[in-house]
Amino acid sequence: MAEVLVYVDHVDGAVRKPTLELLTLARRIGEPVAVALGAGAEATAATLAEHGAVKVLTADAPEFADYLVVPKVDALQAAHAAVSPAAVLVPSSAEGKEIAARLAVRIESGIITDAIDLEAGAEGPVATQSVFAAAFTTKSRISKGTPVITVKPNSAPVEAAPAAGAVEALSVSFSAQATGTKVTSRTPRESTGRPELTEAAIVVSGGRGVNGAENFAIIEALADSLGAAVGASRAAVDAGWYPHSNQVGQTGKSVSPQLYIASGISGAIQHRAGMQTSKTIVAVNKDAEAPIFDLVDYGVVGDLFEVVPQLTEEVKTRKG
Amino acid sequence: MSLRIVVCVKYVPDATGDRHFAEDLTVDRDDVDGLLSELDEYAVEQALQIKEAADDDAEITVLTVGPEDAKDALRKALSMGADKAVHVEDDDLHGTDVMGTSLVLAKAVEETGYDLVIAGMASTDGVMGVLPAILAERLGVPQVTLLSEVSVAGGVVKGRRDGDSASEQLEASLPAVVSVTDQSGEARYPSFKGIMAAKKKPVKSLDLDDLDIDAETVGLEGAWTKVESASERPARTAGTIVKDEGEGGKQLAAYLAEQKFI
Ligand SMILES: Cc1cc2nc3c(=O)[nH]c(=O)nc-3n(C[C@H](O)[C@H](O)[C@H](O)COP(=O)(O)OP(=O)(O)OC[C@H]3O[C@@H](n4cnc5c(N)ncnc54)[C@H](O)[C@@H]3O)c2cc1C
Ligand SMILES: Nc1ncnc2c1ncn2[C@@H]1O[C@H](COP(=O)(O)O)[C@@H](O)[C@H]1O
Repeated sequence: MAEVLVYVDHVDGAVRKPTLELLTLARRIGEPVAVALGAGAEATAATLAEHGAVKVLTADAPEFADYLVVPKVDALQAAHAAVSPAAVLVPSSAEGKEIAARLAVRIESGIITDAIDLEAGAEGPVATQSVFAAAFTTKSRISKGTPVITVKPNSAPVEAAPAAGAVEALSVSFSAQATGTKVTSRTPRESTGRPELTEAAIVVSGGRGVNGAENFAIIEALADSLGAAVGASRAAVDAGWYPHSNQVGQTGKSVSPQLYIASGISGAIQHRAGMQTSKTIVAVNKDAEAPIFDLVDYGVVGDLFEVVPQLTEEVKTRKG
Repeated sequence: MSLRIVVCVKYVPDATGDRHFAEDLTVDRDDVDGLLSELDEYAVEQALQIKEAADDDAEITVLTVGPEDAKDALRKALSMGADKAVHVEDDDLHGTDVMGTSLVLAKAVEETGYDLVIAGMASTDGVMGVLPAILAERLGVPQVTLLSEVSVAGGVVKGRRDGDSASEQLEASLPAVVSVTDQSGEARYPSFKGIMAAKKKPVKSLDLDDLDIDAETVGLEGAWTKVESASERPARTAGTIVKDEGEGGKQLAAYLAEQKFI
């Protein structure tokens, strides 16, 4: 069976969930061969094997952390040359997309970004995308070279599928461009202890209606009662009430959870672009005419300062 | 020596309009008004700020690849303060994908001459956000992308990239390709004077022949991806909307419990 390269997103050996979802999709079109780079690369093997990786190609070098994007492109290109895969799958993070795009240019292949589903097709893998702020669903394929496809988080279930997962060292020679952009310092984002926004099953978001940084405690309390991630509209972020890393929408994160709860958010097209594919959508807004209500499965017209705390209490009571 | 800045701007259908696909499954650009992609205004703004802060003189060229109407986007950028414009326009470009567009932009950037290319973080129609990285690959220069802060001094570009797991400080020597996010600072509005001045600024038109590009490598036929179908997402079935009469939170909790979220 044809091999499919899967680029591994991990933090010091801890594999992030979107990569495991990629393994599920990769198994639909061939045998997954994982590529893990940087510190902790080898430590990813056990988890990857459990989810279907027949092989794990690893490489570590200071260049991966010290320079932007290109060293990883060099490594993925080396893996592509070694394996001659039927497709290359990469998680749709900002960096993942850039790595994938540069690889595609080098191997003279077409690229599809932000797929939300993937299936085998007669002429190669067919990717589903959601476009124009999720108003349309398209199906596309790549007509030249090795399909390079980036896939959004929450696009497939994580499935156990034990495979060999044999670790093999990947030999990488860095290109002249590899050291072009130096990372002179790196400040890790502080952990909040809450689930990752793009990976969470439930997202609770607040907008301009939350009316102040201190009031976000109300949104956080609801999120914590549900084990959810916290999101924010751009209006709330621009006002300085919540970090930009939590922004949902066109210029923030795109989320696709089982449940999205929007409070004090009007539902502008750019916000919808980042949450419209959520399975169930719930909103609290005091304006019955707010466009967000066009999207909801359940909506409460009311003051979020009344409704949200009551909801949080009730969730706690029901959960015991 | 003066600093030569090229800003890549895209003309896109208005996101608040009713965007559709044409019969050949390309983006329908006829039915919806177009405009300068809002995210590229940030690129123009940073170019202007870099020019204002430069020790030597600097010159800003705005560049677009797009249909006749795309001139509107160039005019807007010129009225914000860019110095001149280049418009690559050719009927054979219809349906070009990111690989083709990046090829054309790379040639046009080289033809124009550059020390620094600045792009937006993503176009508001395609939203791939990969073109700047591809452009850097094609030009063989450093990519310093997705910056929420940028500065240029002494032939070095520095910036802050707020990534998923960390915030990074980046540094590269010019020439380089930069892209900036909407966190980089509000874009200025064109002044009346700026709008008047823009009318007199030069806009150079180039076609594929001028850039020595084979028509077969671009357009719908030359694309390396193929859209097989596009269907309108079924409207979400109307949900239940209740008015809070004091029990709204409890009612919502009951719904969530019924849906097995609690
Ligand atoms: C290029 C571009 C990119 C953008 N990207 C994004 C993006 O990524 N994400 C994003 O979110 N936006 C984005 N925007 C901005 C977007 O257009 C909207 O301006 C923004 O989403 C509005 O945020 P909001 O809904 O919180 O605020 P508003 O539109 O002001 O809505 C606030 C809502 O809160 C309600 N409200 C007020 N008080 C209460 C209360 N006490 N109880 C209940 N409800 C209350 C109001 O009725 C109102 O509906 C972008 C815009 C542009 C031009
Ligand atoms: N046709 C085009 N003409 C000029 N610049 C473009 C064009 N398409 C994309 N760009 C630039 O590339 C950036 C990213 O676009 P994209 O990868 O298509 O999302 C945009 O913000 C623009 O700066």
